[in-house]
Amino acid sequence: MSLTTLLVLADGRLPAGGHAHSGGLEAAVSSGRVRGMADLDGFLQGRLATAGVVTASFAAAACADPQRWRDLDAGLDARTPSPALRKASRAQGRALMRAGRILWPVPALDRPAAQRIAPHHPVVLGAVAHGAGLVPRDAAVAAAYGTLTGPATAGVRLLGLDPFGAHALLAGLAGACDRIADEAAARAGDPVDTLPAAGAPLLDIGAEQHATWEVRLFAS
Amino acid sequence: MVQHPEAQAPGPATDAVRHSHGPGIAGQQPVVHAHGPDEVPHTHPDPAVDPHEPLLHGPRALRVGIGGPVGSGKTALVAALCRALGTRLRLAVVTNDIYTTEDADFLLRNGVLPAERIRAVETGCCPHTAIRDDISANLDAVEDLESSLGPLDLVLVESGGDNLTATFSKGLIDRQIFVVDVAGGDKVPRKGGPGVTTADLLVINKTDLAPLVGADLSVMDRDARARRGELPTVFLSLTQDRAATPVADWIRTLVAGSQHATTG
Ligand SMILES: Nc1nc2c(ncn2[C@@H]2O[C@H](COP(=O)(O)OP(=O)(O)OP(=O)(O)O)[C@@H](O)[C@H]2O)c(=O)[nH]1
Ligand SMILES: [Mg+2]
Repeated sequence: MSLTTLLVLADGRLPAGGHAHSGGLEAAVSSGRVRGMADLDGFLQGRLATAGVVTASFAAAACADPQRWRDLDAGLDARTPSPALRKASRAQGRALMRAGRILWPVPALDRPAAQRIAPHHPVVLGAVAHGAGLVPRDAAVAAAYGTLTGPATAGVRLLGLDPFGAHALLAGLAGACDRIADEAAARAGDPVDTLPAAGAPLLDIGAEQHATWEVRLFAS
Repeated sequence: MVQHPEAQAPGPATDAVRHSHGPGIAGQQPVVHAHGPDEVPHTHPDPAVDPHEPLLHGPRALRVGIGGPVGSGKTALVAALCRALGTRLRLAVVTNDIYTTEDADFLLRNGVLPAERIRAVETGCCPHTAIRDDISANLDAVEDLESSLGPLDLVLVESGGDNLTATFSKGLIDRQIFVVDVAGGDKVPRKGGPGVTTADLLVINKTDLAPLVGADLSVMDRDARARRGELPTVFLSLTQDRAATPVADWIRTLVAGSQHATTG
């Protein structure tokens, strides 16, 4: 594997649609649950322990064997009760697929033409990592870290938080990301039904409300 | 997408390329299959199946980006262009407004475009990122419009109101219009910035307000020329010219040119 390739894939500036998603932070800010840096820290920890773990596991599994993508995709549907979040995940999957296929020889994950709907983002991330010559642990670490960068940046934009402080939170979570990625890589071949299924009901509810807003700065 | 030569508009077949990979008449083998003398010998294991994705709608629509500061008249210009061009051209609009239905509502209220021809995208607090650095959401919107509406001639992409440095990526649009207004002061063209300097068309809007704000149009004209060299600039008052005539003419010429280029 190439470390630089992993950096390219995990770079927040990769034009793969991520900048328009706050990972649920916009809803949490508006409902008053996240007001400052300490709240953002808690939000990021919670997100990493739930969405981060699931995303990392599915990205690792898809990287290990992209041919399993349909099962993995169905598994993610089952783990994503909020229709708004399913839509957001598929939108990011579509964008990452577009970007990834221009960068690397990524295997096609095509449904029959009649139902052309993009796979979930973690599945695409795994497949793109595979195409880039990366290993499941790389895919998992990019996935886990990627669940944090969106909300951290959104916190800077929505609350005017100190960008150094927000990045310090990310740096502080590096060890946790690494552990999650190790675990995800170790279980990359497990059956879909036994992969992690941690949920965050408040994020699901927030996402459903967010989708109905008239003025919305982030897509999710 | 790689375009297979055979997927192009049918032309006179030469002997060397006379092929039939199509299904032929139902239940029969494909008919003609002559290989020219200089061809590498090959077989067609599955002659009835074209391995290439069909070209969805032939030549793609011309995409024009409309950028400029907040309130300069971008949506008013889009509405005027829909009025002027909507009956002749198959057109659709993508908006990057933060108020997700504002622009769409405006276009609907004014009866210039039905809802299914308008898509809104969220920009994550960063209007210029969405049109320049990460164009994914806008590309998705354009592709969705093309796949739900069928072939289009023109897609207008209105950026969120931003500052003078915001320009569109060439990966998203073919040509861009930058709209400023005289109410911002006659200094705007002189200040320059990538929008004013490099846009394919600079529109200086709200000329009706010039006397009220003491803006000197000749100064704006002179400065725009100095900044833009040969690139065109037009003065406009959308309250007086509800069909945005000079801009509509500019776009008509472009559409004619692009259709000629892709089909001819
Ligand atoms: N007097 C005058 N008003 C105009 C003209 N063109 C637009 N307006 C008005 O200017 C205001 C802003 O126009 P919009 O078209 O919404 O501007 P915009 O650039 O789309 O604004 P944002 O999308 O919010 O950045 C509206 O009230 C328009 O009616 C004009 O030529 N003259
Ligand atoms: Mg507008």
